[in-house]
Amino acid sequence: MRYAMLIYETEAGVKDRGDPEYQAAYKAYIKAIYDAGVAFAGSGLEDAATTATTFRLIAGKRQIEDGPFADTKEQLAGFLLIDVPDLDKALEWAARCPSTTRGGIVELRPALEQLT
Amino acid sequence: MHPAELAARASYGRLLSILAVRTHDLAGAEDALADAFLAAVTQWPRDGVPQSPEAWLLTAARRKLCDGARRRRTRDEKHVLLQADVDYAAEGDFFSDERLRLLFVCAHPEIDASVRTPLMLQTVLGLDAARIATALRVAPKTMGQRLWRAKTKIRSARISFDVAVEALPERAFAVLEAIYAAYGSGWEDVAGQATASRGLTEEAIWLARLMVQLLPEEPEARGLLALMLYAEARTNARRGEDGAYIPLSEQDPSRWDPNRIAEAEALLAEAARIGRMGPLQLEAAIQSAHVDARRSGSPDDRALSLLYGVLVQMTPTLGVLVAHAVALSRTEGPACGLDRLDAIESTAQADYQPYWSARAYLLDRLGRIDDAREAYDRAIGLAEEDGVRRWLLAKKRALGGATSPSDAIRDGV
Repeated sequence: MRYAMLIYETEAGVKDRGDPEYQAAYKAYIKAIYDAGVAFAGSGLEDAATTATTFRLIAGKRQIEDGPFADTKEQLAGFLLIDVPDLDKALEWAARCPSTTRGGIVELRPALEQLT
Repeated sequence: MHPAELAARASYGRLLSILAVRTHDLAGAEDALADAFLAAVTQWPRDGVPQSPEAWLLTAARRKLCDGARRRRTRDEKHVLLQADVDYAAEGDFFSDERLRLLFVCAHPEIDASVRTPLMLQTVLGLDAARIATALRVAPKTMGQRLWRAKTKIRSARISFDVAVEALPERAFAVLEAIYAAYGSGWEDVAGQATASRGLTEEAIWLARLMVQLLPEEPEARGLLALMLYAEARTNARRGEDGAYIPLSEQDPSRWDPNRIAEAEALLAEAARIGRMGPLQLEAAIQSAHVDARRSGSPDDRALSLLYGVLVQMTPTLGVLVAHAVALSRTEGPACGLDRLDAIESTAQADYQPYWSARAYLLDRLGRIDDAREAYDRAIGLAEEDGVRRWLLAKKRALGGATSPSDAIRDGV
């Protein structure tokens, strides 16, 4: 089953990105999840508050704004697309995600079946 | 644990088993028992606690079950229920305690091995699905469905609540295995911050004590309890004040719990007197050897490597194979250990952290620093617990002068 692993971080977690220990842990995690043949795509994301740009149509009118679409305490900080036999396995990988030790949250979302 | 909680826990499984023994309907019995407990909560404070609380609860639950049966108009079922009293009292079988019967039902070969542990925790101890799911790291909805399916199977396949004498040792082992799995959920989760995150270690020890009490002639029950007590004895010594992980070889033995170790040693000796060796006693013996080594300051590598060698023959699980390879490397050298790791025919090591830790350690000892670094990275990425992750990161940084991640492996990390 394919899942999107959405990783949310708190402000403190985003600040921690400079910490070499945290970076090393993340590097290892990404390596392990790819080497195990579980992840097939994904990326970390730059800080939402300062770099996000949002686009929407309101009553047919284009609106472009700086910042994320929703101002929440946690922001989407990265994602991985994974292929695992079941949700149990996906949760195993979620439990290993270094963000969770810094207040982060992992949301697992089953992917829609491919239309083709 | 609170005394009232303990008392309720002791009654729960017994009552559930009595209620379900004829109908094979665990879910129905659970509902009826929950209703009875609810009635007790409102009535006892008002009318006083009955002389025999268990009998009161049983009667109340039976009435609920009969009501349910009447509503469903299954006359036979009601008949069976009412008859159960009589038959039950007349039975003088192997099951001195109803909870043993229930444990054996949960470990029936028709019940999928993966659901045996949660089923026991729920039916014998009355834990709710959400709690079990979190401890075993499964989605609560999934856990609820699995438990439901297992109970449906017990009912529809009319899985017997009686076990033939010949099937006893095999079934007993399945029960012990499931209890050990519950313990494992807490042992890996050693962060030790909140008690809620300590998994199910307390519940597992409780169940193992129950097995020792119910099956006094089964040496493996004592072996399992000893094994878990050795591990429990070290709980406090596994963390520094800053929460850092401390491997066995660096732990301060004075921080071990001497009472638990003494109890474990006594259990192991009693088990040995029964004279039937098994994998759980062997694992406990390995723990005992580790304790001796640390206390005396002189590890007996040869003995450990022999013990693991026998264990590998009995239960060649991935964990045991890895631990054996590391033990061998201490007597035969790192190349031999690495050969053993390479020879493991399994795909499960892809995400098995101790395998990569062991590999990194052996590669380091062989002077293959780059390979060791890569293996450490893999292990770090697979670590679930922050203390262990940091410890592995430090090992990676210190590459070149090897100490021993093998400690983490025998520590169950």
